[in-house]
Amino acid sequence: MKYVDEFREPELISKAGEEIRRLADRTRHYRIMEVCGGHTHAIYRFGLKDLLPSNVELIHGPGCPVCVLPMGRIDDGLSVTANPDSIFAAFGDMMRVPGTHGSPLEYKARGMDVRIVYSPSDALKLARMNPEKQVMFFAIGFETTAPSTALTILRAKLEGIRNFSVFCNHVTIIPAIRAILDSPDMRLDGFVGPGHVSTVIGCRPYEWIAQDERKPVVVSGFEPLDILQSIVMLLRQLRRGEAKVENQYKRVVPWDGNRAALRAMAEVFELRPYFEWRGLGFISQSALKIRPAYAEWDAEQRFAVPGVRVTDPKAAQCGEVLKGVLKPSQCKLFGRECTPETPIGALMVSSEGSCAAHYNYQHHKPVTIANAVAL
Amino acid sequence: MCLAIPGRIVALGADSHNQAVVEVVGVRRKVDLGLLQEESIQPGDWVLIHVGFAMSKISESEAADQMRTLAILGESEAAIQEIRGYGLEDEKYSSNERGAGS
Repeated sequence: MKYVDEFREPELISKAGEEIRRLADRTRHYRIMEVCGGHTHAIYRFGLKDLLPSNVELIHGPGCPVCVLPMGRIDDGLSVTANPDSIFAAFGDMMRVPGTHGSPLEYKARGMDVRIVYSPSDALKLARMNPEKQVMFFAIGFETTAPSTALTILRAKLEGIRNFSVFCNHVTIIPAIRAILDSPDMRLDGFVGPGHVSTVIGCRPYEWIAQDERKPVVVSGFEPLDILQSIVMLLRQLRRGEAKVENQYKRVVPWDGNRAALRAMAEVFELRPYFEWRGLGFISQSALKIRPAYAEWDAEQRFAVPGVRVTDPKAAQCGEVLKGVLKPSQCKLFGRECTPETPIGALMVSSEGSCAAHYNYQHHKPVTIANAVAL
Repeated sequence: MCLAIPGRIVALGADSHNQAVVEVVGVRRKVDLGLLQEESIQPGDWVLIHVGFAMSKISESEAADQMRTLAILGESEAAIQEIRGYGLEDEKYSSNERGAGS
């Protein structure tokens, strides 16, 4: 099998665009949030905004784990590198994220032992290979990634590997959606639900959004056609006055999620009473911590972590952008002080952050569907 | 961050640690099957891989769909880089080699 470079059924994309224009009531303004950073990236990459009528607005949500991590947590994690026997291991996405005294990559340049791993199990492998060192895995991610960290901790316990620990920054998506819905300056009509998070948690955890908040949710795939179809499904519900959870990404997302993954998470993690999200502030029960039974592998128990709190730079308006109150280009620093090369806010660091996506695709649109499809 | 990479199981690990060798466009690496304990996984099956762990069993046509998704999102390179990175690049499995423990 080879990678192929073509859009799935361009005529269907064109039809979906027509259907969206037909369904959208011209007297209404629709605000639809895509929760997942992967969707944000795809929406910008394909210029999907250009296919939507002006009264259907996409708001970019909090689903980029790098972007919502407060700087204090990066400082706390990096504080471990002061120990000369330590190895700091993290995914590549974390390497350029600025802490107060530099990014992990800058720490590495200053001689600290900082390693990129592509899997938490490789961080554990580093610990096996370096028994004289303390290997700390800086874990980030939503429910997509948390089960893999959980299994890695279970494996460390099974094998009795004691020079391995996890600095746990795993967050959960549902409390963030609740915080956004509770925010007084926010008005949303529906959600494009995250794709890969939902392979783990399934679709049921979104039911309260439909039932209690009367907002439709459509769990979506990542192709342009998937996202447009999801918007069609949302508009159809809104037109009928319905609010339910639908699954557009059935080819990958089971309605009940992945039970083995949920079990591993429940075994290793418990909810933190509260956790700080960049831009959204403290959200109760929104993040995972390692259970006392696994304290030996919890970096926050093993090391004296200072518990740093850093307020975001005042001039940067990451919070407003993250909540969709401001568009990225409306931030005072956007494209001037804050660029992908010199990021000030985390939304500019990750390609899944709305600011980086906006910056990268505003000047050159390499593959906009509007160009690829005759409308 | 949220890449989900389709791969074909070419060999199951001999031990009980839920390891398997997968192949993604000719690159073979070990992945963990611990999140698919409730599925019956055999060589030849397709799975979606995230950070070194198989997350769901999919059909061959779904795997092809996912390949295309990565390609049109411009993430094929990142996906291959991630697969190559598994195992800290100290264990190489060429496509001609038989997988471990088969």
